[in-house]
Amino acid sequence: MVTKERIWELMEEVFDPEVPVLTIVDLGVLREISEVDGTWMITITPTYSGCPAMKRIEDDIIEKLAEHGIHDVKVENVLSPAWTTDWLSEPGRRKLKEYGIAPPVDEIDKSVLFADQPIVPCPKCDSKNTKMISQFGSTACKAHYQCQDCQEPFDYFKCLK
Amino acid sequence: MSALFEYLVRLGDDSLILGHRLSEWCGHGPILEEDIAMTNIALDHVGQTTSLLKYAGEVEGKGRTEDDLAFLRFEREYRNVLLVEQANEDFGVTMMRQFLFDAYRKPLYEQLTKSSDVQLAAIAEKSLKETKYHLKHSAEWVIRLGDGTDESHERVQTALNNLWRYTDELFYTDQNDVELLANGVIFSSEELKKSWMEMVKTVLDRATLTIPNNGWQREGGRKGLHSEHLGYILAELQYMQRAYPGMEW
Repeated sequence: MVTKERIWELMEEVFDPEVPVLTIVDLGVLREISEVDGTWMITITPTYSGCPAMKRIEDDIIEKLAEHGIHDVKVENVLSPAWTTDWLSEPGRRKLKEYGIAPPVDEIDKSVLFADQPIVPCPKCDSKNTKMISQFGSTACKAHYQCQDCQEPFDYFKCLK
Repeated sequence: MSALFEYLVRLGDDSLILGHRLSEWCGHGPILEEDIAMTNIALDHVGQTTSLLKYAGEVEGKGRTEDDLAFLRFEREYRNVLLVEQANEDFGVTMMRQFLFDAYRKPLYEQLTKSSDVQLAAIAEKSLKETKYHLKHSAEWVIRLGDGTDESHERVQTALNNLWRYTDELFYTDQNDVELLANGVIFSSEELKKSWMEMVKTVLDRATLTIPNNGWQREGGRKGLHSEHLGYILAELQYMQRAYPGMEW
């Protein structure tokens, strides 16, 4: 018997193609699982509008469930409520740091144009003496930083609120 | 044709054409970080285009997808403002064009999060978060270049002088908007212009740049009457779908 709980478990095995240490559950991209007339509805939401990983995540969800004999599946993409880094789980934040990506810190409101950049600790040496190289990094959801102490260049999973 | 369809196409085309313009910088940025920044922003715009034109196709109800709308219309059916199709020129011109646009897009999305149309409000809520980053980026560059060397100051001042004539069109309203305004789907463009002007003045002031005194303004994009640039953009943008109809990869 396939249950909602079982599907949530299986979703813990679907990884984000761009940050492969995170599952879609860690990331908060998976919003809801429900059953309508025998069809499993999986609701996901994009991190950024143009996130090229969404199609891949959709395919991976369908593939993962098919591996376990679940074929009646529909993946739905919703925009509201809009994804925020607050949905990134605690284990997700820990895994990011271990992987070398600084997790989002509580950040200033970006509408305050001239405010200081947030202090992002280095994921390698924990130094707070880091500087932003660019607001835009290797993917839409990351910024590029460098540690001024250990010199490590690193990605910062930037805050989206 | 429904007013909402027309409105969504206007917003969608702004993002589509600006996203395309920014993508032209791929591999040509002045430094690697800016190359990546501009293509990231381009990607956000293409993503917003997807949301807006997809919804436009649904509202229209003729089975057109976001791809059909993006790739298979003719020049006069595009509704983007003239500002976004203007040439990239140098990095300063691109950043000035971006700033003038971002300073409009952010308060526009802020308004639209309160739209009575639930899907439009959802798209605005999503896109607003991205647009805040875009505005921060372009505003900082306008300040850095304006208040930089004599050379950079002169270049961005010239860019401002040349692009200013396209800014009134950002607040263009016509018959199409009447019903949408009455139903609370969209909101006053006067309010929008006030927020825009406030932002523009603050940033230009810090950048030691001067708003040109010339009152001459151009419009036409919202009615499908474009500058010579759009044809060239579409030739590149549509090439694949025109040469190999329906191709996918």
